Amino acid sequence: MKKNIIQNLGFFALFLCILTTLFFLGSIIYFISVRGFKVISWEFLTQGPRLGMTQGGVAPAIVGTFYLTLGAILFALPLGIACAIYLCEYSPKGFIVNLIRISINNLAGVPSVVFGLFGLAVFVKFFGFGVSILSGSLTLGILTLPLIISSAQEALLAVPQSIREASFSLGATRWETIKNIVLPTALPGILTGVILSIGRVAGETAPILFTAAAFYTRGYPKSVFSEVMALPYHIYALMTEGTHPDQQTAIAYGCSLILLFMVLAISGIAIFIRQRQRGIYG
Amino acid sequence: MKEKLYKWIFTVLAFTSLIFLIGIVIVLFKEALPIFQKVKLLEFILGKAWYPTYSTPEFGILPLILASIWVTFGAILVCVPLGVGSALYLHELAGYKQRAILKPLIELLASIPSVVYGFFGMVILTPLLQILFHLPTGLTALNASLVLGVMAIPTVCSFADDALNYVPKSFREASFAVGANRWQTLTQVVIPAAGSGISTAIILGMSRAIGETMTVLMVAGGAAVIPHSFLEPVRPMTAAIAAEMGEAPMGGLHYHALFAIALILFLTTFVFNIIAEIISRRFRIKLGLSG
Repeated sequence: MKKNIIQNLGFFALFLCILTTLFFLGSIIYFISVRGFKVISWEFLTQGPRLGMTQGGVAPAIVGTFYLTLGAILFALPLGIACAIYLCEYSPKGFIVNLIRISINNLAGVPSVVFGLFGLAVFVKFFGFGVSILSGSLTLGILTLPLIISSAQEALLAVPQSIREASFSLGATRWETIKNIVLPTALPGILTGVILSIGRVAGETAPILFTAAAFYTRGYPKSVFSEVMALPYHIYALMTEGTHPDQQTAIAYGCSLILLFMVLAISGIAIFIRQRQRGIYG
Repeated sequence: MKEKLYKWIFTVLAFTSLIFLIGIVIVLFKEALPIFQKVKLLEFILGKAWYPTYSTPEFGILPLILASIWVTFGAILVCVPLGVGSALYLHELAGYKQRAILKPLIELLASIPSVVYGFFGMVILTPLLQILFHLPTGLTALNASLVLGVMAIPTVCSFADDALNYVPKSFREASFAVGANRWQTLTQVVIPAAGSGISTAIILGMSRAIGETMTVLMVAGGAAVIPHSFLEPVRPMTAAIAAEMGEAPMGGLHYHALFAIALILFLTTFVFNIIAEIISRRFRIKLGLSG
């Protein structure tokens, strides 16, 4: 009898744990939605800031985030897929594969601000790209590489071995098999990984602090060598710089809601698709 | 011929992660070393005064290191019980349908950008803590610990969930067979069997918390003094780098000192990740799964 009471108490405690976790998720979304929604208007989404960051919109920051994310994905996607193809299709197990695997895991664990410093020293300073979209995109690209590799790897591993063998038995070479059979089959899975990394990259702030971001730019960026406004950096800057805290906080609520909505929608779609795919392949 | 070319291309591209990792190490060392010609390593790490912008600057990062340790420790107190508890709930109590909803929700918690967490901490938690504890400012180590802890929950939860799923069914069945109920089976068989997997989850959660930048930059308060309580403002290592790099003259001592902090940070998380890797490999071998 006593042991059943303990069991019920224990299970209740576990239930409280997950309830608390969900409570945090709920309260973040609730507060930011309710207060951010008041600020958002057509003008807010389509115009630049006016009157020393106290009026107007955040369109340049939205556009900047779009450019940075696009650049990062364009850089990391081919590298990531190639790496995953090597690990899954070509390499025999061994020392080199282990080395690459360990370096991917460790790259994934590097603090984001360290990527920022790396970008500052290498892209901004050494290559002379300056504080620009290019430097920021490359830095963000390196940061997201491990995520793209591991999702591409998962997608490639989910392709049944029998399909490959069937292709080989028809006389196809390894590259032909990869190009015509394996990649098309794995494509939905790879895309899921891409969507997930878009969500991650769009919200990163620390890597672009010294490589790309500016609090205010006149108009929209003109080339890949211009510095840009970006949504996540804009939130931080609004809260820590400037002279009108109250009006700036309101704008920051708006920015947070846009960013949160974008990231949650993007990640939500990816997580949903991935869950269905995992269901299909068991 | 064409086949060999493609294989060669993929082999080269596969090494990019390794190259970037080595690149990061080289850059950090190269940019950090000049500071150690002026300040001894021990003075740097154990020095109690961080006044990088004074006319006679002092570069002692002990306050920053202690701030990072305090904040991370506080975050652990939040994320370990909640993360492991949630994982146990998902594993033991949630049915298939509940799991299909709850697991993605927790993953969503992981995808919220850190700057949004920081913003939430600033506008919601800060006034709350200020009133609750009668503080001059709500931007404190406690605030940072709470926000970081919540941020690390999904990491701990999903790795702990994986670890629990690796425990073979036969363990549980054997436990039921000798008359244990579900709670006893969970606490005396499943958790010990998954123990090292769960500790991997905790280490990775710690690693995440120690390297987190934007949140601590926004909510920790930023005072570079040795902390005496959780209710004081602190400046963890990541926050110092992010806050000061913009103002540090390129190539100056301050610049190199910030790179040295980044190097220490990098090595710390590197060691954490390697330890986690080793433990999880042993764990899989112990349970008879391939590494």
